[in-house]
Amino acid sequence: MTALVPHSWLNSLGIPPWVWNPLSVSLHAAFEATIVVAVVGIALGYLLAKGRFPGRGAIETVFSLPMALPPTVVGYYLLTRMGGPGPIRNAEIHLFGHPLTFTFTGIVIAQIVESFPYCLRFSRTAIANVDPRFEQAARTMGLSGWRIAIFVTLPLARRGIVAGVAMAFGRALGDFGATLIVSGSVPTATTMPIALYNAVSYGPHRQAMVLALVQVSVALAILFGVSRLGKIRAW
Amino acid sequence: MTAALEVAVARQIGEFELDVAFTAESGILVLFGPSGAGKSLTLALIAGLIRPDTGTITIKGHVVTDCAERIHVSTQDRRIGMVFQDGLLLPHRSVLDNVVLAVRQSSGRRARREVARSWLEQVGADELAARRPSSLSGGERQRVALARGLAGDPALVLLDEPLSALDLTVRRELRELIRRVIVSSGVPAVLVTHDAEEAEELGDVVIAYNNGRVAGRRSVKRPVCPEPRRGAAESTESA
Repeated sequence: MTALVPHSWLNSLGIPPWVWNPLSVSLHAAFEATIVVAVVGIALGYLLAKGRFPGRGAIETVFSLPMALPPTVVGYYLLTRMGGPGPIRNAEIHLFGHPLTFTFTGIVIAQIVESFPYCLRFSRTAIANVDPRFEQAARTMGLSGWRIAIFVTLPLARRGIVAGVAMAFGRALGDFGATLIVSGSVPTATTMPIALYNAVSYGPHRQAMVLALVQVSVALAILFGVSRLGKIRAW
Repeated sequence: MTAALEVAVARQIGEFELDVAFTAESGILVLFGPSGAGKSLTLALIAGLIRPDTGTITIKGHVVTDCAERIHVSTQDRRIGMVFQDGLLLPHRSVLDNVVLAVRQSSGRRARREVARSWLEQVGADELAARRPSSLSGGERQRVALARGLAGDPALVLLDEPLSALDLTVRRELRELIRRVIVSSGVPAVLVTHDAEEAEELGDVVIAYNNGRVAGRRSVKRPVCPEPRRGAAESTESA
């Protein structure tokens, strides 16, 4: 994974490759992870909020586990499951031709696992808090279950859902432990937090300072974006 | 002639027991009684939002609930329209889009919008089409809710205390509108109220509820001329 725009452009803007490359990897991986997390997380959140079936609590607990675990533990299990001998590694080789550890796809998977609970929990809570009378009104209007979800429930829960997706994106972007263990800090799969860690460990210190500042700026931009999105009136 | 609505249901909720039976023909049937008498519960049972413990409900000859036969047609498939006490307009959609969403009979977005616009015109709310529900007054909201309730070409329209949250002036104005629009639409209606004056003005038949039971039933005689006249109620039956 390399820069998303030509290096000559970045050089003309004065952005050095040691900033742009890890930022590009981070943004790209977090973006891909967030798409998966949003689609699956909102769908599962809807199911957990609206469904009446045994084991709902257990499902939510299992999927929320990465929130409570140190990221290094998550990374360890991903590394041993994805990289160690067994059916998961065999499936990776069958589908991709090689194991996914120490690759960009491995980073995306680590970020999906780490960020999924945020999207799931925010979405489930937001959907569960929608006033059920609006859904009843929609039923009297003849709307089917999926149309009620699309036209009534999800739009009414949008603020919580948007916040959850943004939190997941932020979590994916900022993940260090799981990503480091799964990616091994190979040059083509070095994210911003790993680049910062390398700069702190091996210098120069100025690089660490700039990388930290860029991450603070990105985090501020995300939070500002969330606050703006939270004010949207409708989809 | 097939009755517009036949209800014979019982439902226990905690200490409260509802056990009612009545029929409705064309026009407006009013369920009248004090709060907690079971009127709104009856509407919820007719709408299919709640299931009765026992009994049957038939809308225009179609059995939609039959506990003995384990028949429970879903709310979506009952072809009803419903107007709620506080309108329950979807806050994230414009007035027009609220009504469009309820239109079932027309295929095509443009055709559905035309149907919705015509209903908004009939309730005098066509100028509100682009506005959000949050910017409407209580009376405007209920006009739109009435348009939405009728826009789906329902076999029966249910009105759950549609005027109780409004001030007296608006309430009187909307009574006339509700009666005129529903009568001209030809859709039979069941309206719940605890206001005696409202029951007299709106109903063709008034059923009195008390503590989960039908306490009386009477027809309201109305003049043939279009000008509505108040206080023309006459008791014809009692339970």
